[in-house]
Formats: sequence, structure tokens, C-alpha cells
Amino acid sequence: MAEQIYFEDVEEGTEVATLRKDPTTQQLVMYAGASGDYYQIHYDLEFAKNNGLPDVILHGALKNAFLGQVMTDWIGDWGTLKKLSVQYRGMDVPGTPVFGKGVVKKKYQLDGENIVECEIWLEDHQGQRTTPGYAVAALPERPE
Amino acid sequence: MTQESAITPEMKAAIGVESEAYTNEVEKGAIIKFARAIGDTNPIYNDEEAARKSRYGGLVAPPTFFRSMRSGPMKVDVQSPYSANLDGGSEWEYYEPVRPGDRITVTTKISNIFERAGRLGNMMFIQRETKYVNQFGSTAAIQRTTGISYQPPDES
Repeated sequence: MAEQIYFEDVEEGTEVATLRKDPTTQQLVMYAGASGDYYQIHYDLEFAKNNGLPDVILHGALKNAFLGQVMTDWIGDWGTLKKLSVQYRGMDVPGTPVFGKGVVKKKYQLDGENIVECEIWLEDHQGQRTTPGYAVAALPERPE
Repeated sequence: MTQESAITPEMKAAIGVESEAYTNEVEKGAIIKFARAIGDTNPIYNDEEAARKSRYGGLVAPPTFFRSMRSGPMKVDVQSPYSANLDGGSEWEYYEPVRPGDRITVTTKISNIFERAGRLGNMMFIQRETKYVNQFGSTAAIQRTTGISYQPPDES
């Protein structure tokens, strides 16, 4: 595990650590089984094409999970994820990597908590942001 | 726009009507399987010993594990006239961790329905708000989703 990040360590503009994911068709099937989302556009190529899609595509919710991990990896064991939002603007297909990234937009204290707000996103291997999002988390203070 | 709206009065009337409740039993194996499926190796999701030493004192579920839960049936069923569906996005609020053995009661309701012309033709957007309440009566999370439906090209 990475070292714990503290509220004192971040400023507006601090980058969230990048998370690389290499989704495969196998992962889409595993996600279908684990989530119960068996919509065929995620594993049946013929079905996907008949729906006007270029290929089978990643479940939006799997990309949501990737962005959740971007945050939970970065805030560490003592950070608390409070809000997470994602919009599926572009489709991602298996077989190419996606990169989860983020940047701190705001930092403040509220009701005794150390809050950071982050713009987060997934981009494809060509640098296109397919999945923008936003997250709010509480970070611990550096111990004395 | 002269195109007739595909949103019927019945659909409008369904906005705000809460579904039946359904209680999901959270199994440890389901959490581990979900974490493996999303490729998240954080030990708090799959390593009992490490998780016990963490601030949570045991295994917890990843933030989007709620996607594996279901709500009760809608009291008023809304069917989009279009058969192809896409997920537009989610907004989550998190309040309580989810642990193996929890019983999470899920209800959902439609919060908004609207239409827009997009690259796949006329698209219908159905927004839902889903609430996840644990066995102690505490809201663990709220999810707001946007479902998009459209006419598949070969049926137009």
C-alpha cells in the first residue's frame, strides 16, 4: 500500500495518482457476473453492432468502479470517500488501456472534517476524456 | 421541434413514486468477487486479516458494490418506447461502510424524464434516485443515475 496522504500534503492543483487499467472481454464477463448486469452490449459483439455500437463496450459502472478506485487508492486507508459522480460521455472498448486521473480543485474544512474536492476522469490511450467525474473526500491530518 | 413527445402522461405520473423495498443480504464472497471483477486489490475488500487491522476492523465493500444490489419492483412500471439502452452516469453520496452480513434495503424512484435529440436519434433520459439503507436504519448510500434509451438503427 502507498503511504497515507494527509490534508497538509495537498493543494489546489495537486494531481491525484494515475491508475492504469487494462480491461479485457474477460473482465467484462466477470463484471457482468459480479454486478448482475447482463446487458449483451458488454459481451455479445453481434448484439452490440445491432445496437449501433462499434464493438462490445465497457459497462459504465465498471468505469465508475475504476474512478472509485482512483480515489480510494489516493486517499488511502484513512481517507473517506463522501461523493463520487461520473458521466459516460464516450465509449471505451476492451483491449486498450484506460487511465484514471484527477486533480484537486478545492480544499477546505467543514464540520471538523478536512475536505478535498477533485475533478477526476478516465481517458483512453489517445488522451480522450471519455468519462469525466467529480469526487469529494475527507483526508486525515498529519499527526503531531 | 415538431416531433411528438414519446413521454406519455403515464410516464410523467410515475415520477416520484417509490418502488417496493427489497433487502439484499451482503455476502463476503460477493464482495471478494466484485473486487476481483473490478480489478481492485485493496486488502480491505479481500484479505480478512489485513482488513481486521484497518480502521474498519474487517472487510468492507468497494464504493460501487451497491451496483450488485437490486431494489424492489416499481409500483408503476415505466417502459421507454426504445429498446436500446445506455447508462449515462451516476452520482453517489456515501454515508456508511458496507460489511459482510449487512442487510441493505433498497428502494428506487424516478426523479425525472426528458428527451433530447442526439447522435443516435431521439433519446429518452430517465433519471432515478436509489437509496440504500442498512439494518440499523442508517442510509449507507444514495445513487442518482441517468438511463438513456434510443431506437436501434436496424428497427427504424
